Amino acid sequence: MSAPTRLVVGPFNRVEGDLEVHLDIADGAVAAAQVNAPLYRGFERMLDGKDPRDALTIAPRICGICSISQSAAAARALGAAMGLVPTPQGAAMAALIHAVENVSDHLLHFNLFFMPDFTRPAYAGRGWFPRAVARFTAIEGGAQRAAIEARASLMHILGLMAGKWPHTLAIQPGGVTRAPGPREKLRIEITLRAFRRYLEEVVFGGPLEDFVALETVAALSVWGRGDVGLFLEIAADTGLAGLGRGRGRYLSFGAYPVEDRRIYAPGLWQDGAVQPVVDAAIVEDLSHAWMLGETAHPFAAETRPDEAMRAGAYSWCKAPRLAGAPAEVGALARQVVDGHPLARALAAGGGGVLARVAARLLELAHTQLVMEDLARGIDPGARFITQGKIPEVGQGAGLVEAARGALGHWLRIEGGRIASYQIIAPTTWNFSPRDGAGVPGPLEAALVGAPVAAGEDTPVAVQHVVRSFDPCMVCTVH
Amino acid sequence: MNILWLQASGCGGCTMSLLCAEDPNLFDTLSGAGLRFLWHPGLSLETGAEARAILAAAEAGEVALDILAVEGAIARGPRGTGRFQMLSGTGRSMLDWLRGLAPMAENVVAVGTCATYGGVTTAGGNPSDAVGVQYDGAHPGGALPAGFRARSGLPVINVAGCPTHPGWVTETLLMLAAGTLGPEDLDAFGRPLFYARHLVHHGCPKNEFYEYKASAIEPGEMGCMMENLGCIGTQAVGDCNIRPWNGEGSCTRGNYPCINCTAPEFEEPRHAFGETPKIAGIPVGLPTDMPKAWFMALASLSKAATPARIATNATADRIETPPTLRKPKGRR
Repeated sequence: MSAPTRLVVGPFNRVEGDLEVHLDIADGAVAAAQVNAPLYRGFERMLDGKDPRDALTIAPRICGICSISQSAAAARALGAAMGLVPTPQGAAMAALIHAVENVSDHLLHFNLFFMPDFTRPAYAGRGWFPRAVARFTAIEGGAQRAAIEARASLMHILGLMAGKWPHTLAIQPGGVTRAPGPREKLRIEITLRAFRRYLEEVVFGGPLEDFVALETVAALSVWGRGDVGLFLEIAADTGLAGLGRGRGRYLSFGAYPVEDRRIYAPGLWQDGAVQPVVDAAIVEDLSHAWMLGETAHPFAAETRPDEAMRAGAYSWCKAPRLAGAPAEVGALARQVVDGHPLARALAAGGGGVLARVAARLLELAHTQLVMEDLARGIDPGARFITQGKIPEVGQGAGLVEAARGALGHWLRIEGGRIASYQIIAPTTWNFSPRDGAGVPGPLEAALVGAPVAAGEDTPVAVQHVVRSFDPCMVCTVH
Repeated sequence: MNILWLQASGCGGCTMSLLCAEDPNLFDTLSGAGLRFLWHPGLSLETGAEARAILAAAEAGEVALDILAVEGAIARGPRGTGRFQMLSGTGRSMLDWLRGLAPMAENVVAVGTCATYGGVTTAGGNPSDAVGVQYDGAHPGGALPAGFRARSGLPVINVAGCPTHPGWVTETLLMLAAGTLGPEDLDAFGRPLFYARHLVHHGCPKNEFYEYKASAIEPGEMGCMMENLGCIGTQAVGDCNIRPWNGEGSCTRGNYPCINCTAPEFEEPRHAFGETPKIAGIPVGLPTDMPKAWFMALASLSKAATPARIATNATADRIETPPTLRKPKGRR
């Protein structure tokens, strides 16, 4: 056995925000990993003492890529504290607005963040390489251009119903600020039809319903059409199924609350079964974060940065744990918990890089169908918002699903002002540092075993694993 | 001409918004003008050692640096070290990198209100002791001193907005590429006048409500949001309602207030964002360039003269009463 060597990888780009990964390498593979979020922003501190409604303006600005998810979580947390739920049509429109963002994020991740790594010279000898270069060369590939155009067009729904993206104030505790009329409903349907055409012609190369109907990894692997087909060919050739395997414990808060249900169900997937999510069982451990204070539930927690950046800690990211253990979140988790057979098959197959990326593509297709349903259901005569009052004292949690997974806001109000505001973002779960028991976070665990070729200073396998999580570091370090 | 883009302490939303550029898409807009990214943290292939080599070469002057674009505020904490944001893999703070790279740049562009003035990153007591690239709020002098000039002779160009409209950024970059952006094209806060010479009020679809001070009372109502809901579109610079966002949007078109996100210190309005501060029931804050006495007089007169249609619609959640039809008096 050769002596382990240390490798520091950064700046880690094509993730949202910055990231530094410390690797111990032994025998041509990662033996241990430490994930460092090298930025502290302090949003929770900013909100202290403010008018609770200001969370609707400030919280979305945590993140420029999942801004609407932050809006939705803030609105839900406020609503819970106010005892206010959105009108049914307001909730459905908020869900549609949110789905547009999540779908846009999946599209961007696949085309701009994840796939360009296969245009690296290291892969020049592979049969698929010329096609990967033509489609996914950074900033120049045909798929990249098509993706940003399709995304910009899809976001016309946000211009129409949310004013702008990112950073809208359209989502309120009682619904949405703008009531659509018949014209708006029509425009939304027109935009969605154009987006479906793009997905079917370019991304999937076939009907979305056929892709959503896939149930096994074997059926997926012979899809063979569109940019998805190219990805699957590359995945098979490079062994992405076995790379970056997960621990098989998946958390979803459930996406798109409408009336009495969430369109994608909430739950914790563990040992082959779905359990309910117990909010009270969530804590954040600070043992390896540059944060002061005790392990606590978000209603009791605080955010005090350790300005001395003590030795032993290595990240501004806290370590969230559910019932004492880490959980992986994201599209794969969401679809596994919701019960999609393909997602469960991918998870059973190890939940590695292939599984995370394929689940995102599955959800991209599936959510287009969801958006079409929501658009069909718009009732232009209905109420889209209802009003309420901020209480003098109260608390509430807003648990939603961002593109990258479970997002929670926990708000306490005292004297009519924000007494505490705690946020756990999806990447906080996935890129969590070790906890007090030394248990690594999901990415840290998934990186172990990733191959490192002689002379590689920025191992490409490590990049595939990291990007398969679609990290959002700016959220992580809110 | 090349662009080196840094993401400092911010949300990344200005890049996300930039990707919404249309007709043509962002990549064609830039390449058509001969602009290319030397490196962009969200878009470029290079990671880790490859990216470090690019940054080092730019700082050493081994590659020409035409435009240094900075997105996000610059963290100075804790205790002036800048260690609240380390540029990963380099062992150096973003503050240190900015100070190393800026003098090498032909032009420096601050993208978004965090980069220009500190923005939301500095809200609520500024926990990371952040500043803008060349301003600390409305005060000149940020991470770079007030007297800093890029090699072109221009100060930092402040494309403010939270987020920035994709057109504001691409047009600034294309004007720099064409050599058509001079000091006279910037306002007193360093913002390009092509969008900062307008007010958000210009082209606002609520203008008729504004004319009569027919006001929305609760969020979601159609009326003007100046009197009750904190809208300061009559004071905010930006062409948001002249060239809309994401197709046909803007904050006021989305039926929520303009919060003046292109301005220094917008993040701390000293009142709730969605609520207009009032003294003795009279809203505080005047439309830009409006003498107070005239505004008071005109407002009370127009309020008294509000047609029923406009008064009814102002507190409805959609236009319930359409304009009265007037029959042509012509041929029959």
